[in-house]
Amino acid sequence: MSGGTAVLERVTHESATTPPLLESFTDRDDLPAWFREQQRAGWAEFLKLPMPSRKDQPWRFANVDALKLDAYTRPAALDDDKRAELLDQSAAHESAARLVFADDQLIERDVIANSLRERGVIFQPIERAIIEHEEIVRQHFMAEPATLGSAKFAALHRAFVSSGALLYVPRGVEIELPIEIFHWLATPHGAVFPHLLIVAGEMSKVTVVEHFRSLRQGPGFACGVNDLIVGRGANVRYVCVQDWSEEVVAVQVNATRVDRDASATSLNVNLGAAYARLESRSRLLGEGSRSDMLAIGVANRRQEFDARTLQDHESPQTTSDLLYKNSLDESARTTFGGLIRVEPHAHFTDAYQTVRNLLLSDDAEANSMPGLEILADNVKCSHGATSGQIHEDELFYLLARGIPKRVAQKLLVLGFLNEVTERLQHATLEEHVRRAVEAKFARTKS
Amino acid sequence: MATTTEQSAVDFDRNIGDFHYDVKYDFDAGVGLNERVVNYISDVKGEDDWVRAFRLKALRTFEEKAMPTHWASDDLRAIEFDKIRYYLAHGQRPTRSWEDVPEDMKRTFERLGIPEQERKFLAGVEAQFDSEAVYSNIKKAVGEQGVIFVGSTEGLKQHPEIFRKWFGKVIPTGDNKFSALNSAVFSGGSFIYVPPGVKVKHPLQAYFRINAENFGQFERTLIIVDEGAELTYMEGCTAPKFNTATLHSAVVELVALKGAKIQYITVQNWSANVFNLVTKRGLAHEEAEIKWIDCNIGSRLTMKYPGVVLKGRKARGEVLSIALANNGQHQDTGAKMIHAADETTSNIISKSISIGTGRATYRGLVHVPKHLKNCKNNTECDALLINATSRTDTYPAITVRGTGNSVQHEASVSQVSAEQIFYMQQRGLSEAQAMSLSVNGFVNDLVRQFPMEYSVELKRLIELEMEGSVG
Repeated sequence: MSGGTAVLERVTHESATTPPLLESFTDRDDLPAWFREQQRAGWAEFLKLPMPSRKDQPWRFANVDALKLDAYTRPAALDDDKRAELLDQSAAHESAARLVFADDQLIERDVIANSLRERGVIFQPIERAIIEHEEIVRQHFMAEPATLGSAKFAALHRAFVSSGALLYVPRGVEIELPIEIFHWLATPHGAVFPHLLIVAGEMSKVTVVEHFRSLRQGPGFACGVNDLIVGRGANVRYVCVQDWSEEVVAVQVNATRVDRDASATSLNVNLGAAYARLESRSRLLGEGSRSDMLAIGVANRRQEFDARTLQDHESPQTTSDLLYKNSLDESARTTFGGLIRVEPHAHFTDAYQTVRNLLLSDDAEANSMPGLEILADNVKCSHGATSGQIHEDELFYLLARGIPKRVAQKLLVLGFLNEVTERLQHATLEEHVRRAVEAKFARTKS
Repeated sequence: MATTTEQSAVDFDRNIGDFHYDVKYDFDAGVGLNERVVNYISDVKGEDDWVRAFRLKALRTFEEKAMPTHWASDDLRAIEFDKIRYYLAHGQRPTRSWEDVPEDMKRTFERLGIPEQERKFLAGVEAQFDSEAVYSNIKKAVGEQGVIFVGSTEGLKQHPEIFRKWFGKVIPTGDNKFSALNSAVFSGGSFIYVPPGVKVKHPLQAYFRINAENFGQFERTLIIVDEGAELTYMEGCTAPKFNTATLHSAVVELVALKGAKIQYITVQNWSANVFNLVTKRGLAHEEAEIKWIDCNIGSRLTMKYPGVVLKGRKARGEVLSIALANNGQHQDTGAKMIHAADETTSNIISKSISIGTGRATYRGLVHVPKHLKNCKNNTECDALLINATSRTDTYPAITVRGTGNSVQHEASVSQVSAEQIFYMQQRGLSEAQAMSLSVNGFVNDLVRQFPMEYSVELKRLIELEMEGSVG
């Protein structure tokens, strides 16, 4: 605590419009005391923890040099023109509700239908939720420690978080249409801290889609935290389309808690960023719980996608199924470090982990570290990792039908990635993901 | 005087090596590790200055390197380096005849059945007792083909021109903390050279025996198989079970020149107080083939990842690994395949069985760098868990760059199904017999690839391990 206070005294120049990120920590007196306490603790912890080094096992193969934070600033308030431009591009799909943030500021809000609100559904910007729904936020806010390497960045997030949402779905409520959240980076060198807390009550059902985007090309830093709390028998589907500018450095720390007979499905689509780190931990806490962890990555130029996962089976009779696929072109690099951990007494576990890398160029590099730690009996566990290239026969088949090589390649990659998207079992969402992937192909392969 | 622990008929084989003799050692470097100890070893062996300098430099590297506990088992911290004796020997020269081996040592190897096996099917035998080989002999016909098979000390003295060229080239001193330790205090192990075109029909065997308490064995093996030649090498090892920890830390370097084939077979059956921390790697030149067959049954903690550097076009590397972890044991084993030329292929098949509180870990590394064409790796790891308290882990790391290569890794974990056991029990087998049959079925396709003598022995060992694991 004392460390935090000492630092606070140092930071006095609030007048600067875009202070450097690491000098911008301030005690915000507009927030409740308990939350400020959280933020101070986060800042102190951030200062205390060392920067990751490649020698740390959780950062093996990672380009840790990308994580220098000196160049980033806290963006200033957005002007009306930019807001309008951003809103223009945050096209609403058919959704149950929508929040649009840019540079960590709320710029648009489509509220949830009255019928849902009356049944107790809460969908609010996190800054309001910590005041109006203190009890819920307090119970769950960053309650899951970041154990896969990014504790320092989770602490930074805790210190700076101001955007993002709380979604609370009470017992038995099913929300048909997806809920959408946009996070924009609108200012070059800006830093944002998207937060998402989903608390799904017993037997509830909800689908959430997040979009991470940049308004223009240019560097930036995104440091997000997601907590998905899936109550008994609940069903949560979560999709994130990460499409930051290709100069952005992004660290995302996700945790999912799945209770008895509940089911969580998450799909992370990696398209943008220079370096995108995704840490994803699923805790299977009750019998009959199930977690599907999905990701696709389309990496090219010098992009690096770095995924670390943990499938933590803490109760008997649980299932997890992970499928991560990357296509790599030019000098792209991907790293997958995953672990299935079956705790003692978590008997009758089914756990699967599959990683597939498709290398399209001689300079691309794929690192895979699929791990297993089994401390229980009567488990069915398997993992597989492959790295290969497009099958000559398949390419020939398409070429023989007059399809140009570039198009044929694209079709084969899309087909390769589609196996993951299909697992969403939601036609509209699948279509949306496919379009986002195709858009990336369209802008890079001209 | 022989000291034997009580043995029941059932676990006799498990403890086949559990006896020791009070031997008077003429050479003893004392307890603890420092420059004096290293100099003592060098003096006793009458080594050249470059070897002494190599050892002293390695000692500094060992001291500088941290324990790899950031990824490896914390059990490593239990090793007390200052309580270990680093060199114990009776004499400096191995004899060529069992008649000349000192009585206690001869009795030891007779009990282990070495001279008998030599007569039956081996082309040559080296028997190491603590720090030095006491017996080393090669069949006349094989010697006449120009095959050299001596201890590392003799190899250094008699064949410095071949030895020095490859020594420490496959596994540099600083590869890891324990390769540095070995480089500082190495003694014993084999030096083998097979001339071009010579195909050694029968296996050469080395047997490593630890007899003394609080002892560390650091054998150093260097095998060079020249162009188009072939060799099978087998090693076995046992130690009595003491209450204190014993350390075994070998370095084994293999060089297969163009078109050569090396098959290296280990059946590790150390007693359950031995830390077995071994670095093994082969360098395969063009069209050469190196195959490690690695069976780990004994020891308290084994950390061993035999590797092949595929340096020449069309080189082939293979690791077949079987690990059996029983109560209190941790078998941390695996393989490394470094592809460094086009059209190289590697294959890793690992099967582990965890019994009681045993823990089996597969740790692997496959590296395919840039601009290589048509490299292939296949890795399969299967783990079998016998009891609810058993544990298994898999930690592979795979790097692939570029197109034109294919790498696949698969692992599975399973247990003997209750239905299988029930089925066999219905047909009159006891539960233990049924379990043993299932486990043998699990490893069978791998064991079948082993030389006959070893597959029979291994099957028997597994059967014995399975006794008492159920019910």
